[in-house]
Amino acid sequence: MPTNGNNGSELAVSAEGLVRRFGDFTAVNEVSFRIKKGEIFGFLGPNGSGKTTVIKMLTGLLPLSGGEATVEGLNVRTQAEEVREHIGYMSQNFSLYNDLTVFENLTFYGRIYSLSPERLKRRMAEIVELNGFEPYLNRLAAQLSGGWKQRLALGCAMLHEPQLLFLDEPTAGIDPVARRQLWDLLFELSAHGITFFVTTHYMDEAERCNHVAYIYFSKLIADGTPEELKKIPEVQPPGTKRIEIDTSEVTRALRLARTIAGIRSATIFGQSIHALVAEDIDLSSLRLQLQKEGIAVNDIRPLAPSLEDVFVELTEKHRATAEVAGG
Amino acid sequence: MGDFFKGFGAVFYKETLHVRRDSATLFFSLVIPILQMVVLGFGIDTNIRHINTVVYNADKTQVSRDLIDRMTNSDTFHIVRYVENDRDLTNAIVAGEAKVGFKIPVDYSDRLLHGRSAQVLVLIDGSDSSVAGQAINVTTSIGLDESLRRLLGANPKFAVEMRPKILFNPDSRSPNFFLPGLMAVLLLNVTTFLTAFSIVREKEWGTLEQLFVTPVRPMGLLLGKLIPYLGIGFFELVMIMSCMRFVFQVPVHGDVILLGLFSIPYIFVSLSTGILISSKASTQAQAMQLAFLTVLPTIFFSGYIFPRETMPFIFRMLSYCVPATYFINITRGIILRGAGMQYLWPDALVLLGMGSLLLVIAARRFHNKVIMA
Repeated sequence: MPTNGNNGSELAVSAEGLVRRFGDFTAVNEVSFRIKKGEIFGFLGPNGSGKTTVIKMLTGLLPLSGGEATVEGLNVRTQAEEVREHIGYMSQNFSLYNDLTVFENLTFYGRIYSLSPERLKRRMAEIVELNGFEPYLNRLAAQLSGGWKQRLALGCAMLHEPQLLFLDEPTAGIDPVARRQLWDLLFELSAHGITFFVTTHYMDEAERCNHVAYIYFSKLIADGTPEELKKIPEVQPPGTKRIEIDTSEVTRALRLARTIAGIRSATIFGQSIHALVAEDIDLSSLRLQLQKEGIAVNDIRPLAPSLEDVFVELTEKHRATAEVAGG
Repeated sequence: MGDFFKGFGAVFYKETLHVRRDSATLFFSLVIPILQMVVLGFGIDTNIRHINTVVYNADKTQVSRDLIDRMTNSDTFHIVRYVENDRDLTNAIVAGEAKVGFKIPVDYSDRLLHGRSAQVLVLIDGSDSSVAGQAINVTTSIGLDESLRRLLGANPKFAVEMRPKILFNPDSRSPNFFLPGLMAVLLLNVTTFLTAFSIVREKEWGTLEQLFVTPVRPMGLLLGKLIPYLGIGFFELVMIMSCMRFVFQVPVHGDVILLGLFSIPYIFVSLSTGILISSKASTQAQAMQLAFLTVLPTIFFSGYIFPRETMPFIFRMLSYCVPATYFINITRGIILRGAGMQYLWPDALVLLGMGSLLLVIAARRFHNKVIMA
């Protein structure tokens, strides 16, 4: 039984059959997943599906009604205090003190984690260097832009060198450049072995994660790498496949494609058309059909479903089974 | 054990920064009470003096005028008007022009001269019971005194003579009695409101949620928030004391250091109340309303205005639950009576107990309602 955070395990988080009930309501129902060290774990699900409850359970704020969980090798039931020493947490509103300066915010969090003055000084220098806070050290947090606030919040959460960070919707409400920069930073840090537990509503962010899980009505309905999830048989309705038609005349091609037998549905996606087609459709005859109408087809290739497709399919399937089960 | 208060230093550091930044709140919380003190200190006088009085002197002799002079010399009555008939006398009281009316009948001096009993009619507006009571007491004793003098001669030797000696506040100055109590009320307001706001604000900002995911322990968090405001409360106390001593010239008979020492448990109770409020309220407006709930019991049940001895049983029991009751015992004891530690330690102990209990309840509520919610 490991008693401190530095066990040899490959797992940053292990959750087995997590259950949390509030009275009659089961907020988290038999949720299990494992997060390897250094992974970026994307935790998705609609609001109210139990995401926050899972985070609260893993950070030791909410007692488990059932199941077991270890975080950084520590049992969250019995070692909640130690768990909180070993993790960082950034909430979606960045939780900074607006009337304190950048320097003061960092100092406060340094002291919260009882860093020695030397270590605080060293870590502060590293965080300032990493994020380029130098010119802003004496600026009030209130005067920072959204992107800078978020970087400062992340800096505060990382000051004590946690090996696991919980980021609750880290990119809500910030501009695309800052969003891109944050993800670059996450990749850089994860390359150094830091694990991230990220909740998000953005599908493109989910695609970037090494590992994705989707929670829906208290139950985990998907868990795996984005590639694995796209190969789940249920995601593809039986007898169909997805293709991408690369063409320069998307609008006209779409109108035509919708008349062709064997094409179930089609949507424009940038400079191409994504279509769900019958499995036995002949791609070369499809190309001929389009070219006959004078449309230049650059390429037709099979297409893996997007994560959005995956979640849409799984949600609908789950809803259908829930309705059957419920009568 | 050190673990139990984990995060105290960090929270303390941060909280003092908030206080320094938010100079407006600080200014209002320190200056407004002083303003209140000045207004109330000059405004309230519990001694009943100069009751507006109308006189209908039908006798119009030197003897009856002497009686009127004795009444006015008592300092209790202030004659606003002389009237010439019964109707005007009654009307003056009905109109609210006067609260007391004297009617000295036509035969007043005549009856006295012939050694017979003379009557004086005293009409009293009973709507204000303390005014009425004072008017009855003063007129009765003047009547008694007058009768004895007539029976026993000019320099009578009374068989029993009461010689009252007022030990404290010999001039019965109202500020001396009121300000030590007002101190308790003002101190409560400032400290309870400030702590409640400082925590509820963090709920509104979402920073509280963040703090719970750190190793900070609830006690460390609460004490870290509490101590800076304890400092402010203490500073406030010093200002109020100085104002009382030097503006209102209230003499302090006891040990000021002891008063300072014993005010700490009281401030501690107020701060814990603030924390308890903040565990219930989720916005600053709600916190404000809840904090006001503590103000009225403090004013009415603590003995600040109404003596606790005359309260109905239930309210007297209730007064034992009001922290200000104990602190007013302490302030009046030290300031007015020069009482020392040996008489006042039980009050301080009760306050300390109350404060600890409230803090523990607040910390638990915090854990259950705020963190787990």
